[in-house]
Amino acid sequence: MEQVIKKSDSKNKISSTFQEGIDSVPTVVAKRASNMVLWRRFKEKAIHYFFLANGLIAVIILMGIFSLLFTQGFPALKKLGLSEFFLSAHWDPTSPERESYGILAMVVSTLMVTFGALLIAVPVGIACAAYIADVANHRVREIVKPIIEILAGIPSVVIGFLGIVIVGPMIAKLFGTSNGLNAINGSILLAVMSLPTIISISEDAIVSVPQEFKSASLALGANKWQTLVRVTIPSALSGIIAAVMLGMGRAIGETMTVLMACGNAPALPHSFLDPVRTMTATIAIELGETVQGDIHYRSLFIIGFVLFLMTFLVNLVSDIVLQKYQQVGR
Amino acid sequence: MKVQWRKINERLGFTLLRLAAIFVIFVLAFILYDIFSKGLGVISWEFITQKPTNGMTEGGIWPAIVGTFWVSLVTIIFAVPIGMFTAIYLNEYATQGRIIRIIRLAIRNLSGVPSIVYGLFGFALFVLTMNLGLSVLSAGLTLGLLTLPWTITASEEALKTVPMSYREGALALGATKWQTIRTNVLPYAVPGMLTGTILGLARAAGETAPILFTGAAFFWPFLPEFPKTLFTQFMALPYHLFIMSTQHHEIVKVRPIAYGTALVLIVLVLSMNVFAVWIRYRFRKKYKRA
Repeated sequence: MEQVIKKSDSKNKISSTFQEGIDSVPTVVAKRASNMVLWRRFKEKAIHYFFLANGLIAVIILMGIFSLLFTQGFPALKKLGLSEFFLSAHWDPTSPERESYGILAMVVSTLMVTFGALLIAVPVGIACAAYIADVANHRVREIVKPIIEILAGIPSVVIGFLGIVIVGPMIAKLFGTSNGLNAINGSILLAVMSLPTIISISEDAIVSVPQEFKSASLALGANKWQTLVRVTIPSALSGIIAAVMLGMGRAIGETMTVLMACGNAPALPHSFLDPVRTMTATIAIELGETVQGDIHYRSLFIIGFVLFLMTFLVNLVSDIVLQKYQQVGR
Repeated sequence: MKVQWRKINERLGFTLLRLAAIFVIFVLAFILYDIFSKGLGVISWEFITQKPTNGMTEGGIWPAIVGTFWVSLVTIIFAVPIGMFTAIYLNEYATQGRIIRIIRLAIRNLSGVPSIVYGLFGFALFVLTMNLGLSVLSAGLTLGLLTLPWTITASEEALKTVPMSYREGALALGATKWQTIRTNVLPYAVPGMLTGTILGLARAAGETAPILFTGAAFFWPFLPEFPKTLFTQFMALPYHLFIMSTQHHEIVKVRPIAYGTALVLIVLVLSMNVFAVWIRYRFRKKYKRA
């Protein structure tokens, strides 16, 4: 407040000096005032740039991750060649005779476990989202939504632990395998982990379908179920697809659960009952054993780089889809 | 006939949806029930306050609790200011344009980067390049990077809830932009920012993959006095649970300890969640009165 009063005072003085034609003392005041304005303007600019610099940190980090993974991994790629990495399923970097660095088996394992997870999580997740958004009354919704948030908050290592002590023995009993640490176990756990993402984003999409769409359908004689299945869900489809993609991104990048519950056999899997080792698990298991700068160390960064690109692509697609749907929603 | 069929169809469909929701609730209930029923028996004053003994087959988990605390502290100190400042830039200063589009794209992609990739990055950058070694500092900074997108998003949400008229009032009185933000926006947004921060921190406290190579230790019973704490290895609750359920040489014997650790971890994470939601709730009530 004080500053504001001072400012208007000085302005009055400036105008009066011009009228009277005297310029000694008031000019100093005017100068001081304009200096103050300048200083304030400068301060504001500085603060503005300070916040901008902070905003750019996120960009720098993303570029940093990208370039660091690439520069750390690239020498291995250059030395071994693309085909050794991406076309061979044989991964054995510590073999005494011939080290091999084929990541195909673990890429397939990652995709397989993720696919299995989505097979469970997509139908359940969309159905649950539709229930919350379209069927449940206000009170039920207020109870179910926090429950989903709590499920999202459970640490992945706890889910992995339950995979070992609960889901594993259950699978072993059902299918007659030795310990139940295999791809199907990982899929079940990853389904639990990606459910909250799929549910909350699909629910947003279903809720934001305009009421007129539903009213029109109901007015034409469709019942609530027909309206939901043939009007509401198709209208929300792009949002639901984005939700599934994001859930998929989470499943691909998840480390602890698959590390603990999948059995970690670095071979090409033939069925869901085979133990598998995903890309994330391979990094987690082997980085501690490597020597900084050697081929093995660098090849793990290549895996990280591929992982980064995969999740990047999945997120990008979901982003594009989501933006399209936002435009339709409005 | 056809009408009846439609009715049955509708009933059946809605029942299926309800079953899906019940299934999800059941999964959470089952997880909590299993951990609490098998973990509660292990919890005692000694379990919480003592260090592991006898080759980690007996004793408590105190060092893991302390380690998690210190790492979380570093995470907060790193991620919260940057997150808040970025959110202020995005919501208060930036106008639509290329820079803001790039920043938003970066934030969205950062939140999708797998946690193990953050671990790789933290290892290569903090542990090796910046020579911080395996330490609380390296691990805390790595987790800070991981939580940054969440802190930004949450802080921005909080800023968005402050009504436009609060800003217009200050600006109309001749306040500068920064004065407006400082006096008329931040005081109302801080509780919301706090909520988001605590939620992000709760997730970070439960993360294991980023600390695997940045400082978490199998067994590290003592942490030195404060400044030195930052530069040593540490035990952490999630890593301890991982060790106890997969790496320990007597896995079946230490299963109760694993359950106890899981229980403490879940209680810690959930109580942080509840605390955050409580702050948000109080904040909302205050708003309604204002």
